[in-house]
Amino acid sequence: MEVLTPRSLDEALRLKSENPQAVPIAGGTDLMVAINFDRIRPNAVLNLNEVPELRGWSRANGTLRLGAGLTYAEAMREPLAGLLPALAEASRTVGSPQIRNRGTIGGNLGTSSPAGDALPPLLVAGADVVLASVRGERRVALGEFVVGPKRNALAEDELVTAVELEPASAAETFMKVGPRNAMVIAVVSLALRAGEELRAAFGSAGPVPILVRAPRDDADAFPERVAEAAAPIDDVRGTAAYRRHALRVLTRRALDRCLA
Amino acid sequence: MKIELTVNGEQREADVWEGESLLFALREKLGLPGSKNACEQGECGSCSVLLDGTLVCACLVLAAQADGHDVVTVEGLGATGEPHPVQEAFVEAGAVQCGFCTPGLVVATVDLLAHSPQPSEDEIREALSGNLCRCTGYAKIFDAVRLAAQ
Ligand SMILES: Cc1cc2nc3c(=O)[nH]c(=O)nc-3n(C[C@H](O)[C@H](O)[C@H](O)COP(=O)(O)OP(=O)(O)OC[C@H]3O[C@@H](n4cnc5c(N)ncnc54)[C@H](O)[C@@H]3O)c2cc1C
Ligand code: FES
Ligand code: FES
Repeated sequence: MEVLTPRSLDEALRLKSENPQAVPIAGGTDLMVAINFDRIRPNAVLNLNEVPELRGWSRANGTLRLGAGLTYAEAMREPLAGLLPALAEASRTVGSPQIRNRGTIGGNLGTSSPAGDALPPLLVAGADVVLASVRGERRVALGEFVVGPKRNALAEDELVTAVELEPASAAETFMKVGPRNAMVIAVVSLALRAGEELRAAFGSAGPVPILVRAPRDDADAFPERVAEAAAPIDDVRGTAAYRRHALRVLTRRALDRCLA
Repeated sequence: MKIELTVNGEQREADVWEGESLLFALREKLGLPGSKNACEQGECGSCSVLLDGTLVCACLVLAAQADGHDVVTVEGLGATGEPHPVQEAFVEAGAVQCGFCTPGLVVATVDLLAHSPQPSEDEIREALSGNLCRCTGYAKIFDAVRLAAQ
């Protein structure tokens, strides 16, 4: 195995194009588990921790840019937490303090799990994923970036560099069902943004996180619409029927919270 | 590959396999077995260390990622015969049974009190939610944290 540690984004993109098989590692909270248990043995890993361009977040012309290396702990801090409350709430539910200190938004996108807790809040915020390679930069709507369970639109020479989205202009929230408060993979999760339009996105209730929209006047019918849009399965964490029911309840509660 | 890092204030060097964790490097290469290995998947917190002052699971950090960085393990908190106040509080409160979870909980508590010297009950529970203990039932651990905060 080889460890490549670029010190700039240009170097990272060059190394990725020269070593397309190199597996990026940011916080390592997904990848190290796989390596520790010998589930994968990559020929090379690309350590993104020393790439300053991937860190932090910024705001220009009203658009927020979250670096791929933004951690959950950072997303929970003001002033960002006030600009993206649902992402902050979702971040608070991730793992434990140790996991939130290391785990990144870029890593959640890289994993593209149907249960990824950053995905629903980013979806309701209309996020674009910024992908870069030596060939240039492109933006893909988050809904098109995740193409299946743990599958995404990244080309082999590309990295996620950032996510671009609009700050919350209306009330928004995030809710997650699980057996305890910490260390829980969502049985089902829901993000809601209640502006002129109602936008809900859920996790763990289909192969990919899905965005459901409706006019604000249709709030009464919205919980049913969200539940119908789901394609849940029975698994060790819960049944499909339970997930659909929980989505209905979460949407109702989220609406109560946001429209109050 | 060779990595150079600061461990408990000392400049150290280690020859590591590219795929090994910081936890493995600390225990097997640097002679610091204080950080414990129970799950190797971020679930138990017994491997908690401070990486550049931030609480992390050493099992989820690639040793190579710690190259050039600063690590504090439980061994760096007190000295033999001179335990850290948090360690003393754990002993006094009876928060140690088998002791396997203790190093991780001590590091997590030191981190909590550094950020919040007078933590609320909720803050204590939240801060220690990534550390599992199979013996104590946690009540005495919370006592220890309250005692250390005094
Ligand atoms: C104990 C524990 C609890 C957890 N709890 C939760 C939870 O509650 N909710 C949740 O959603 N997740 C949870 N996770 C999973 C994990 O923490 C998240 O998915 C996290 O966001 C991963 O980020 P990372 O930086 O650690 O990713 P890494 O492990 O470094 O990488 C993950 C994947 O993304 C790729 N990648 C990383 N960065 C980039 C990039 N910039 N460009 C392209 N590809 C990239 C990697 O190659 C890899 O395939 C948990 C994990 C653990 C171990
Ligand atoms: S050994 Fe690292 S969290 Fe359990
Ligand atoms: S004292 Fe035994 S696991 Fe905590």
